[in-house]
Amino acid sequence: MHVITQHFNQPMKKILIIVPAYNEEDNIRGVIHKLHHENEDWDILVINDASTDNTSAIARETGYAEVISLPFNLGIGGCVQTGFRYARNKGYDFALQFDGDGQHSAEEIHKLLAIVKNDEADVAIGSRFSRKHNGFKSSFYRRIGIRIFEWFSYLLIRQHITDHTSGFRAYNRKAIHFLADHYPSDYPEPEVVILLGKNGFKIRETFTQMHERKGGISSIPLTKGPYYMIKVLLAMFMSAIRSKIYHYERRN
Amino acid sequence: MKEEISSIGSNAQTTQYIAIFVSISLFLYIFYLIRKKKIKEEYSLLWLTSSLVFIVFSIWRHGLEIFAQMMGIAYPPAALFLILMLAIFLILIEFSINISKLSERIKIMAQELALLKDELDTLKAGKPTENPVRDDNFENIEPVDDPVKK
Repeated sequence: MHVITQHFNQPMKKILIIVPAYNEEDNIRGVIHKLHHENEDWDILVINDASTDNTSAIARETGYAEVISLPFNLGIGGCVQTGFRYARNKGYDFALQFDGDGQHSAEEIHKLLAIVKNDEADVAIGSRFSRKHNGFKSSFYRRIGIRIFEWFSYLLIRQHITDHTSGFRAYNRKAIHFLADHYPSDYPEPEVVILLGKNGFKIRETFTQMHERKGGISSIPLTKGPYYMIKVLLAMFMSAIRSKIYHYERRN
Repeated sequence: MKEEISSIGSNAQTTQYIAIFVSISLFLYIFYLIRKKKIKEEYSLLWLTSSLVFIVFSIWRHGLEIFAQMMGIAYPPAALFLILMLAIFLILIEFSINISKLSERIKIMAQELALLKDELDTLKAGKPTENPVRDDNFENIEPVDDPVKK
């Protein structure tokens, strides 16, 4: 790590913003501009998950983002994992996952980055629920689901995480390297929490303001709610009972 | 008509011949497919063994009765169904394993393909790559990983 910093005269840590995007032509331009104006030193990587619209062309047009297009739709898991592989190959120090639909706010990135930069945790999750009064309203059923996740994951890894489905996360180098090889598919967010916890990564959650979705559709259709819950709980449980893949001891 | 039905009913031998014929041709067909490399050997082991079991039981009819008795099954053909179902079950599990393995590999290939395409575009455009020499990364680069095997 020191070799590379000296070699390229980069005192700054390299930060990559991974933006998974599937048919986000309405939002992607705004998202990229906001990210770029928030901090020009961040590298923005849009992973186009085989969109059928102009997402990729619009993202390239901005000139601020690197765009990688998957040959076919891999779903959010495979899409984000591509970003981790990129980050690993290019030697990034920190990676941020930031949805392409505009529901995350770029200003809140600093909060997440601070946690991983100060080495308070390996992974920082931007939560909708850490405080009571916030602009986010979710349906009754979704809230029940979220409670179940919270309880179940505490049971499995003994870390308090309130928002398992949040896709607003910051990762340090160790987490990037780990997830580049081991990232679950389908509905990966809750499973990743368990996977990381199980393998000794420290997760810290912080409240982040989120916007209502502007366009596009949620990755979890409501009709598939119960199916989603069962599938994810099973995946979480399986992740927890699997043996450690990675032996990682935190320094502090 | 009546004669035919009674002749079939009385002649259990015919059924056995058909059973032997069918199970042997099944076995030979699978054998042929492996020989022509249309099925990989590793995947076909279950097919071969189950078709062998059919051959054994179609030739050695008494064996089925013994097996049924051992299992406490009153009606011997039911034992045959049991074996059949178990075999199909095992084969389907084997298929699920293989499908999972393949989809994992396809996912990794798609990701690597996308990353390489991006790298290629960067090179074509003549832009300097971000890390021309990735001194620290060379030791970190793992051989093309097979998460399935891990």
